Amino acid sequence: MTSTTPAPVPASAGVLPLVDIQGVHKFFGDHHVLRGIDMQVKPGEVSVIIGPSGSGKSTLLRCINLLETISAGRIYVHDDLIGFRDVNGRLHDLNTKQIAAQRREIGMVFQRFNLFPHKTALQNVIEAPTQVKRQSKAAAKLKALELLEMVGLSDRANFYPSQLSGGQQQRVAIARALAMEPELMLFDEPTSALDPELVGDVLEVMKNLAKSGMTMIVVTHEIGFAREVGDTLTFMDGGVVVESGNPREIIANPQHHRTKEFLSRVL
Amino acid sequence: MAGPFGRKATPESAAGLEMIDAVPVRHPWRWVGAAVILLVLALAIQSMTVNPKFYWGTFRTYLFDVLVIRGVGWTLILTVSAMAIAIVLAILLAFMRQSDNPLFRYVSWVWVWFFRGTPVYTQLLFWGSIGALYPKIIVGVPFGPELFSWDTATVINATVAAIVGLGLNESAYLAEIFRAGLKSVDNGQMEAAEALGMRRSKVMWRIILPQAMRVIIPPTGNETIGMLKTTSLVLAVPFTLDLTFVTNALASRTFLPIPLLMVAAFWYLVVTSVLMVGQFFIERHFGKGVDNVMKAPVKATAAVAAAHATPVDPADGTTEGDKP
Repeated sequence: MTSTTPAPVPASAGVLPLVDIQGVHKFFGDHHVLRGIDMQVKPGEVSVIIGPSGSGKSTLLRCINLLETISAGRIYVHDDLIGFRDVNGRLHDLNTKQIAAQRREIGMVFQRFNLFPHKTALQNVIEAPTQVKRQSKAAAKLKALELLEMVGLSDRANFYPSQLSGGQQQRVAIARALAMEPELMLFDEPTSALDPELVGDVLEVMKNLAKSGMTMIVVTHEIGFAREVGDTLTFMDGGVVVESGNPREIIANPQHHRTKEFLSRVL
Repeated sequence: MAGPFGRKATPESAAGLEMIDAVPVRHPWRWVGAAVILLVLALAIQSMTVNPKFYWGTFRTYLFDVLVIRGVGWTLILTVSAMAIAIVLAILLAFMRQSDNPLFRYVSWVWVWFFRGTPVYTQLLFWGSIGALYPKIIVGVPFGPELFSWDTATVINATVAAIVGLGLNESAYLAEIFRAGLKSVDNGQMEAAEALGMRRSKVMWRIILPQAMRVIIPPTGNETIGMLKTTSLVLAVPFTLDLTFVTNALASRTFLPIPLLMVAAFWYLVVTSVLMVGQFFIERHFGKGVDNVMKAPVKATAAVAAAHATPVDPADGTTEGDKP
């Protein structure tokens, strides 16, 4: 990637984390949204974040791929400091080219899909590979059709987003993010805008992606998904991590009263 | 499609279904209204045709006059060239206005402020007299020796002055239309494209602008038709080949202003109609995927899902567009 200075070694034992979030704070004006977040995600891990509305979980996700800039702390992805260059201990903002390069390694799936409505499903998927990675149209198409097949939509390649159901749109959005071959996928409440019947198809695609070894951070309200697929579960409230650990244990036996309260309301 | 009087075609009965063939609500007053309008129209046409002061003979003589047809051609050339310059500048100005670079934002703002704030007639006068203000265009080292030089009057002749004058003035108005169009595109589009690693300039050009065009085209069509008529101001340059100047000249030669005004009006209407046809096709091109898309054949499961549609779950308090 673009960082020229060697990044400090993040503090962790054993396998080096792919994502290392250290003491991150975020202010929107006077509003203190993130209040010191520490979190690590190892390669191939599925990290699920849950929490009530306004807990800062979406903001945290958006900070990882620079849709928001953090106010304090550090985020490393693959030992690369996100958003800044460290020159002799003084941080310098990255320029737009360097920011774009960092984002290429990180795929993101949005709550509201955000497919490009003037492009077909196939055109949505090949847009970034052809325009950013300068792949040939033929090669990008081949890969895109594979991805659409993987998300169960090979018969919908030439449909416009407005002709697809919400669940289908979200699966195209996943294929679009995967087309850039990211090493990390961020999911920001990917099923919250879907009709209940359509949630299953999207979760199925995400499960298969997890099985294939993709590193994923998933902000969701789907406790079932967290229990079944998650390697770690983080419960956030009021901009802090309240509890974090094995999802099965936390869901069955939450330690903190706020976790208990939240789980009792969503389960 | 419902006709103007609300009747719908009844589909053929399918698979032994007894299709509803209801008697439509009658609208007798619509027929009365149509009759009144036709009557007024007929009276107006009759009054014009029998009135000898319209000099329809003269109208017919000059309708396809070589000078008039050439005037139509020049008016079209001025309109199309000025709009082409204006559109290119407007895209640039609108992008600059949305830029992170404050220099771009200020330059764009001042440009719009100036060209919108001074009369187009004054601007055309200025471009017409630029040869008198700056007799020579000189390329050289600033405060140093000159390398090339041209006569201003040969480079900026009346045609160039007219097109540049109209184009620069129009760019300021179009820039605001383009800016409104860019703003109308959902912020999530920019985020999604940026998250894919696309640079901002590329996102604007490939993702935001094509979607904004849906909003931009109708008022731009309006501006184009306005420009068609604004070209009559080029006599300020002075440029003397456009339709209004030619028909005015012919009118003062024949002492018959009315039939020649009708000639000009006729041709402006014809060109406007042609431009409207063009707009229809451009709108259809940029509406793809959004306007009038054929719905995909719905699978049985999707139909069930649609029947159980639930409201969208309120977003996490800190998602897009929700910054306090």
